[in-house]
Amino acid sequence: MTTVEQVREVLSHVTDPEIPVITIADLGILRDVQVQGEHVVVTITPTYSGCPAMDEIRADITSALAGRGLRDVEVRTVLSPAWTTDWMTEAGREDLRAYGIAPPERRVTGPVPLVLGRRPSCPQCGSGDTDELTRFAATSCTSLWRCLSCREPFSRFKAH
Amino acid sequence: MTTGAPTSTAGSDRDLAVGADTAVAADTAAYALRLGDDALVLGQRLCEWAATSPQIEEDVALLNLALDQLGAARSLLTLAGELEGAGRDEDDLAYLRDEPDWTNALLMELEGGDFGRTMARLLLVAAWQLPLYAALATSADDGIAGVAGKAVKEVAYHLDHARSWVVRLGDGTEESHRRVQAGLDAVWPYAAELFERDALTDRLVARGVAADPALLEPQWRATVEDVLAEATLDVPQTAWHPTGGRSGAHTTSFGYLLAELQHLHRSHPGASW
Repeated sequence: MTTVEQVREVLSHVTDPEIPVITIADLGILRDVQVQGEHVVVTITPTYSGCPAMDEIRADITSALAGRGLRDVEVRTVLSPAWTTDWMTEAGREDLRAYGIAPPERRVTGPVPLVLGRRPSCPQCGSGDTDELTRFAATSCTSLWRCLSCREPFSRFKAH
Repeated sequence: MTTGAPTSTAGSDRDLAVGADTAVAADTAAYALRLGDDALVLGQRLCEWAATSPQIEEDVALLNLALDQLGAARSLLTLAGELEGAGRDEDDLAYLRDEPDWTNALLMELEGGDFGRTMARLLLVAAWQLPLYAALATSADDGIAGVAGKAVKEVAYHLDHARSWVVRLGDGTEESHRRVQAGLDAVWPYAAELFERDALTDRLVARGVAADPALLEPQWRATVEDVLAEATLDVPQTAWHPTGGRSGAHTTSFGYLLAELQHLHRSHPGASW
């Protein structure tokens, strides 16, 4: 008899393919796990509408569970309620920082980002003297910054 | 367009079978298709800047915006296919419809022109999509509301991006001012189509599914005029308002856009990576 806890334990090793230091659970995109007999339903949600990593995440979930003998797996994708960076765990934020990505700010209010202009601290040296190079970077969910103190460039997870 | 499982926009159990709801489902399908066609066609135009933008950061930016539009389009086309109930998925709708079956507004399909014109168009579209998706986030249709609640956050970035470029170009050199004004003048007449009401929107507004196009106009105008004032650009004056996109009457250039978009799928049905 498979339990939800067992499935969650397996999924706790599945990471984001583009940011492999953070798990899908810590990222907040693992929405729900249900087990009916041997039928497993995993529900996930994208960070961005066009997130190209979703297909790979679906495949990673399926193959991780297959590795434990769970082959009757359905991965559902839902858009609502829309993901927000507030669903990222503290552990996930620390993982990002340690990896060199500035984690998102907690949102202030409302559904629309009001923090577009706020400057993150450098994840390398901690300096607040940072400068946005481009709002649209290597992935939909990050922007590119540089630190004016240690001169290192870094990615920032966009808050929304 | 996709190799993976389609995105379900309304959870698992969409209750379509109830007799009286069939007409509403058909209307909602047509409405989702309009929104999806808008997003897909604009995304395709933005993709034309790949490797040709004025700087590499802008290249990445425009493709990010295109990816957002494509993401919304995939969900909306999937939703339209589900509601239609004829077994068409997002790929069938994107790749196997001819010009008269597309219902995007003409503004989306206009050729991009130079960078000034691209940014002028993006400003007009984003200033419309932001209040549109904000209103639709509370749509009575869960599928539409789900897509809109996601897209509204992304479009806020699009508007911010367009605003900063239009101001920089308009309040820049004589040449950049001249070119962004020319681009704005060229695309401006087409914006009126975004605010047209018809029998479909009237029925869906009454049911709380659609946003009232006419009510979005004042908000759009305030945003755009604010940006243009800061950019030292003139608000174009025209009484000419071409229309027809919603009923499938498109511009000449749209055929070429579709040829590029659909060629691979039509030449090699079922091709995958």
